[in-house]
Amino acid sequence: MPGVRATATSLAHPAPTRMAAWRSGTLDLLRRLRRNPLSVVGLGLIVFFVLVAILAPVLAPPPPGHRDPYQIPHESFAPDPRPPHPGHPFGTTTEQFDLYYGIVWGTRTAFRVSLTVIGISVAIGLVVGGLAGYRGGRVDELFMRLTDVFLAFPGLILAVVIVAILGKGLDKVLIALSLVSWPTYARLLRGEILSIRQRDFVEAARALGAGDLRIFVRHVIPNTIYPVVVYGSLDMASVVISAAALSFLGLGAEVGYADWGMLINLSRSWIIGSPGHALEYWFTFVFPGLAISLFVLGWNLLGDAFRDILDPRLRGSQ
Amino acid sequence: MLTFILRRLLLLPLVVLGTTILIFALTQLLSPAMRASLFVRDANQMRDLPAIVRKYGLDRPFYEQYGTWLRGVLRGDLGYSFVARQTVAEAIRGYFPMTVELTVLSFGLIVGVGIWLGTLSAVHKDRWIDHLSRVLSIAGTGLPTFVWGLALLLLFYGILPWFPPGRLSLEADLFVHSDQFRRYTGMMTVDALLNRQWWIFWDALRHLVLPSLTLAYFIAAVLVRVTRSSMLETLRQDYVRTARAKGLDEPTVIRKHARRNALIPVITLSSLVLVGLLSGAVITETIFDLPGIGRWGAQAAAQLDIAAVTGFALFVAVLTVLGNMAADILYALVDPRIRY
Repeated sequence: MPGVRATATSLAHPAPTRMAAWRSGTLDLLRRLRRNPLSVVGLGLIVFFVLVAILAPVLAPPPPGHRDPYQIPHESFAPDPRPPHPGHPFGTTTEQFDLYYGIVWGTRTAFRVSLTVIGISVAIGLVVGGLAGYRGGRVDELFMRLTDVFLAFPGLILAVVIVAILGKGLDKVLIALSLVSWPTYARLLRGEILSIRQRDFVEAARALGAGDLRIFVRHVIPNTIYPVVVYGSLDMASVVISAAALSFLGLGAEVGYADWGMLINLSRSWIIGSPGHALEYWFTFVFPGLAISLFVLGWNLLGDAFRDILDPRLRGSQ
Repeated sequence: MLTFILRRLLLLPLVVLGTTILIFALTQLLSPAMRASLFVRDANQMRDLPAIVRKYGLDRPFYEQYGTWLRGVLRGDLGYSFVARQTVAEAIRGYFPMTVELTVLSFGLIVGVGIWLGTLSAVHKDRWIDHLSRVLSIAGTGLPTFVWGLALLLLFYGILPWFPPGRLSLEADLFVHSDQFRRYTGMMTVDALLNRQWWIFWDALRHLVLPSLTLAYFIAAVLVRVTRSSMLETLRQDYVRTARAKGLDEPTVIRKHARRNALIPVITLSSLVLVGLLSGAVITETIFDLPGIGRWGAQAAAQLDIAAVTGFALFVAVLTVLGNMAADILYALVDPRIRY
């Protein structure tokens, strides 16, 4: 219960500033995180990927005169993938796209896709869920039936339909996935807001003469952050999987764009090597597959840890 | 109970109507000429798109067009799919049995393995079987379906030539398309049994092993975790202690007293299972080249076959809504505490 926690802290430290309370909360979170070895693994994986994303221009510098760093450089159009060799530590795909370069810059794509989609979904969810939960009544009924309709589709299939209609491309994938993800956030936030609306501190703020918008922005929203963080961190993994799945189906990133799903899609035709050499082209699949699996695993472990820590009801019952 | 079911049934058309509005609103983003392909019924008509735009009033207001379109849908007229080279309705009828075969087999695996391993894991908490099942389920939730499917294909087709992709081997396929074989259901395994062609049955089953493992793994992994925690919770209950105290043997306590109650939260997962199976079928059928509804939908989307994509979406939405309703009713039947 975030609200309860805030009061408890303020009792322990007389007149704490907002910043100090926040910092002690974060330290507390990190201390709890350390107790479970799996959470540490998850945190380690995510820190690693963040570093790779930030250091991409250092780890895999684009060749001089290369315009768009997200376009994987390739030296020729030769169809056969080539195994790891000097200059290409992970080998090259068909048409000689460098796998190492694609995976390093693909980390940035993965973060950009997941953060954008979750950001847009949270924003829409906040408006819709906020209005529904705070206003209640007919607005609530209307918005919740709207989410029902969106949730009647398996997410990936609705995303496939939207991308097909909007046209292929990574930007369309972002729009499609945001359209698919927002209803869950709207429901989550509505539920949270419904329970917070009744709390004493909201009543107190109203008694002091605060307006609806002020109460909503200063008191309601900050108290819904934790469940959104928990769900969002678990959602990071599934957004990246969905985006990669769309690229895998040939609906997402174009061939040559630094994106893990695109690389796995390219590897599909090379899964089986020539007769007698089944593993001839293993590198085309193993490296991008490993990258996305570790990324997803990291977020899942971290999301589980957040949930265990932030939701006391679930503590201890894994 | 009956009023609850009736109320759900009355709500059903509303949600389905909502989904048709959503799909139709999405198609409105397309140009009238592209939307005209929704009304095309065979390939020859593709040339007269401007005439079709005029004939069906595709430049008229939204609600008028929606009415026309909905009337067509209700008659089963969903347009022509050029990817499938047949009408959308025929394509759904042709492709769906494959998907049913795949999802039913995966469902069996999910429920069998998920509940069995989850129970075992809870009963032997912190023993090696528990650790193994937890590692497997963490790996399962971390592996995207397409990575896992391609890895299986690499191992069991590339290295060990056991399970080839596709639906049937060449000779079986030839036999199935000859006069000696009657297609009753369109599901190869079932039809083979009805025709008493055991070798076709084995051939079809062999081609389903990897796809159903691919489709089942992720959901089974989730199910193991939920069953385990629910089972641990139940084993702490007083009535389990009572059952043990009155001298019942442990297997009976676990099967009759603990697991039955532990499965109630598991049933809430059934809508997740359904959604997961349908989404997963798109990926799995694409990887293993199975002629099911998911592969058709994905191909249609990639080739901008709009009539097929809308028909596919509508069909899946109706399936999901029906499935969720069945899950709700099942949940209410199993747990008498639940009343809506």
